Amino acid sequence: MIVDLTKEEEEALDGKYGQSISIAYKILVSIGKATDAERLIPVDWVHLSGVNYNTIGAAGVNFLRKYSQETRFLVPTTINPMGFDSHKQTNLSENFKSQQDQIVNAYEKMGTIPSFSCIPYELFQLPERGHNVSFAESNAAVIVNSVFGLHTNKESSLSALASAVTGKAPYSDLRISNLRDPKIEIEIDTELNTELDYGVLGYFSGKSVKESCVSFGAHINNIDMYKAKSLAAALGTSGACGMFSNKEITGEKISFGREEENSVMDELNTSESGDIIALGSPQLGMYELSLLSDMIGNKKFSKQCMIFCPRSIYEKASNSGIVQRLENAGANLICDACTCLSPLITPEEFDGVITNSVKAAHYLNKSNRVSVCLNDVRSIVKEYTR
Amino acid sequence: MVYSLRCKVIVSGNARGMILATNQPINFLSSVDHSTGMIIDKNHDLCGHFLKNRVLVFPYAVGSSVGSYSIFALKSNGVSPLGIICTSKTDITTASGCAIADIPLLELYTDQEIPEFQKNVEGIIDGNSGVLQIKRI
Repeated sequence: MIVDLTKEEEEALDGKYGQSISIAYKILVSIGKATDAERLIPVDWVHLSGVNYNTIGAAGVNFLRKYSQETRFLVPTTINPMGFDSHKQTNLSENFKSQQDQIVNAYEKMGTIPSFSCIPYELFQLPERGHNVSFAESNAAVIVNSVFGLHTNKESSLSALASAVTGKAPYSDLRISNLRDPKIEIEIDTELNTELDYGVLGYFSGKSVKESCVSFGAHINNIDMYKAKSLAAALGTSGACGMFSNKEITGEKISFGREEENSVMDELNTSESGDIIALGSPQLGMYELSLLSDMIGNKKFSKQCMIFCPRSIYEKASNSGIVQRLENAGANLICDACTCLSPLITPEEFDGVITNSVKAAHYLNKSNRVSVCLNDVRSIVKEYTR
Repeated sequence: MVYSLRCKVIVSGNARGMILATNQPINFLSSVDHSTGMIIDKNHDLCGHFLKNRVLVFPYAVGSSVGSYSIFALKSNGVSPLGIICTSKTDITTASGCAIADIPLLELYTDQEIPEFQKNVEGIIDGNSGVLQIKRI
């Protein structure tokens, strides 16, 4: 199938508006071919990943520095977390900080909203259901598709960047209403209680299905945001799937029981304990921060604890006293960053990390090369506060 | 023996190199060392293999959206595959990464089947007409 471009889009592809725009259209055409799009359509909002220097590296910095010189975002564009909290002292190298600054400068030059968050859906007013957006950051794409009814494919950093500078995305796959029905269902034959259970389910499902939308049947009815985020993040980490649904299907089903749960835990739960607790991948919102503060009460953490949240949530939680309670318990609240691929967690400094996030466990094990003790948040608080 | 397989062209261009094949998806952010091009995920069946100068044959990419930058970084660091064939539905991460890194990318049509791979098999990508030739040498 050929992506049918308008005359203006053809000219843009051919370089009439400069090389950066031409590259953007080249990306849109290639992902359009990959997803069998007939045409491009406008999007209302773009969310970009590729902000943390630990993920995009020097090649990414060089690319963005050049790219930002001749192009600007045409639609509201928010961005993912970076490597550290810009308001706090860090021990990171001068090189890391300067490379990170160059990335932030490039995005700001192009006109980004400096959100530094992987949960933009909890920070900004959302378009109405059915509107088209372009979301990189897999947890965010899955959440806005599945929970808020926005339409996006599971975009990459670069495809979302192409949408930001053109205001367009291919009309394909999860952007087409009747392709948003699940074609495959996970038949759940075990009890799901905690956010970790949902994360484990998500990780297994991402590995097991290649379809764009997966059904979990009634098991996801009325789950809270902590569980939904845990499920979405893990699904996005292990697979290509960009949406979940509760619609039951008559076709193929894959079973998920105790054995499947154990296989995920065997892969990711690589340590019996750790020397630091890390919470927030995805970053925590108001709901989870207040839940956590209630669980802890007047107790204090017996280990170091990092909690990652967006700056605007931190400010809100400060006003309601939650930040003070968590800090009194000994937690270090970090804004603008996230557990996932954080340069703040290295094997030189830590032998093991305790977390409830399956997504964090994947990247800590495989990218940061730090062992992980996976447990649900309630058990973590019970075991490591007194 | 030479097999010719028909493919959909996602990113055009020609490439020729020894095939590196897997039935497992790849997370380009967490499973590949971007400076050496080596697959480092010990849960992956290509662990220890290098992508450099190969024709990578795999189903599709999974995981992080930043994987597109990872493909670009592999190319910038001179350790990327010469060409890529997706044997299943091509994902957006691979398509956009290859588009920006100028790596020819084809998707095998569903009615085409790649023969069981032996060692020392060369892949020749014609990314204009959409043909993958497989040749034992």
